[in-house]
Amino acid sequence: MNITGKARLKSPWLFHLNTGSCNGCDIEILAALTPRYDAERFGCMLVASIRHADILLLTGPVTTQMHERLLRVYEQMPEPKAVVAVGSCAVSGGVYTGSPVVDGPADKFMPVDVYVAGCPPRPEAIVKGILEALRKFR
Amino acid sequence: MDARNIDYEYSRLILPVGPVHPSLKEPVNLSVTVVNEEIVDVNVKLNYIYRGIEYLAERRNIAQTIYLVERICGLCSQAHSLTFIQALEEIANIQPPERAEFIRVICAELERIHSHMLLLGVVAYDIGLDTLFMYAFKSRETVMDLLEKISGKRVHHDLNTIGGVRFDIDEDLRRLIIKELKYVKRNLDYISEVLEDATVENRLREVGVLPSKIAEELSVVGPTARGSGLTKDVRFNRSYSVYRDYKNSFKIVVLKDGDCLARVKIRVLEVYESISLIETLLDNMPDTPIRIGERILKIIKRIPVGEAISIVEAPRGQLAHYVYTNGGEGLKRLSVRTPTIPNITAVKYMLMHRQIADIPVVFSSIDPCISCANRVTVTDAAKNKTIIVNLENLRRRM
Ligand code: SF4
Repeated sequence: MNITGKARLKSPWLFHLNTGSCNGCDIEILAALTPRYDAERFGCMLVASIRHADILLLTGPVTTQMHERLLRVYEQMPEPKAVVAVGSCAVSGGVYTGSPVVDGPADKFMPVDVYVAGCPPRPEAIVKGILEALRKFR
Repeated sequence: MDARNIDYEYSRLILPVGPVHPSLKEPVNLSVTVVNEEIVDVNVKLNYIYRGIEYLAERRNIAQTIYLVERICGLCSQAHSLTFIQALEEIANIQPPERAEFIRVICAELERIHSHMLLLGVVAYDIGLDTLFMYAFKSRETVMDLLEKISGKRVHHDLNTIGGVRFDIDEDLRRLIIKELKYVKRNLDYISEVLEDATVENRLREVGVLPSKIAEELSVVGPTARGSGLTKDVRFNRSYSVYRDYKNSFKIVVLKDGDCLARVKIRVLEVYESISLIETLLDNMPDTPIRIGERILKIIKRIPVGEAISIVEAPRGQLAHYVYTNGGEGLKRLSVRTPTIPNITAVKYMLMHRQIADIPVVFSSIDPCISCANRVTVTDAAKNKTIIVNLENLRRRM
């Protein structure tokens, strides 16, 4: 493994994309990064641009409106990339299954590496999901 | 001025902010027109997370819809389900036991505390004060723990059911809540001290001013209205549930300035009020059962055809549900009006003639909850009027 690869394992950068979630999962992602659960001790950092990110945290059932934008964001992400689907919505559509304006879940049209279930999942579970995604970079 | 006739000078730029943007937590698109760094027009586009909740609600039975309605928004889940349940109880003519109403309101107030703390954190983050962001979130976790102890879940509590609540607050929990709220109060003292700091003041004072006259015209609600000197609070003006009897245990906080600082300060002061209300309610909890004996699947069978409107003060302002049952376990129509819809129209006024750097903080200061706002508001600068259109029309227009 080259030196960038090693560095990536020690400091995965995260990008969070809301594709129609109810906010619950987004707040729990924020909570996972703040002092109580402190994902930052694994070197994680929430970055502002997808072009800097290693891991995409995806929440929500992917609405028709966000479908294209999600694909665009995914394509802009530099290799190697990992996608973590956070929450029942992102995993399976959750309570919004059957809605005509929901295109998801995301794994219908893009690769998803880790699924974190729960509505919303606990911050600990989200931290675990991020660490699981890191395996892909090993 | 017609959109076609605007002469496009060099300095005039349309700057799209969002839908995927670092300073926004949720997908929303603000297209901001700037002339030499000065904002002259703002258009808000909201439909990115339109999930068709009202459509789904009309196709499921009522017992399922209770859980769906709660998932309209993760921050006001208790407020949404409380509103919905109150409307249903009005139609079915069911009176929940008194203790149930106490527990509902206690949870709603705890939710207000954690939602306001979130706003304090987000505003601090937007002005670059990360320490306060982390600090606010740390104290917020305490409240989340309490909600988890009550209901077993941190965000969606699934607490309300027709004719009562599903979880009780016992004596140990009561003492724990009182103890932990003291800790929250101490943290809040520190937060309000930080907000007095000169740097914070410079960043927030006289930014995004919304005079009370304009606020009234745009019919903004909740803390945004109260920050502009309007005395608007459903808990007082049209009180419901136990607020009727405990109006005197808390005050309505109104500040005159109408700037971001006032809106932020309102949140701090309201948390104090909520804490004192919760303490009073916990001391006076009556000793009745927490729900009526009947099972929910039986209750929904006997809900007649009927309609009701229920209005509740959510953390962000007035939240209304219109419910029309079909007499056969389902709903004919559900219509939700969330506080973000009127508040977001005020963003345009607040941002006018400000700098680009103010966009995030002004936008966060109204505490927008985009996931609630499931329809689209188009602000037409040329004609200076606001129209609300549905998704179909929007597709045709744009
Ligand atoms: S999984 Fe639950 S909490 Fe997360 S976005 Fe979906 S409805 Fe909200």
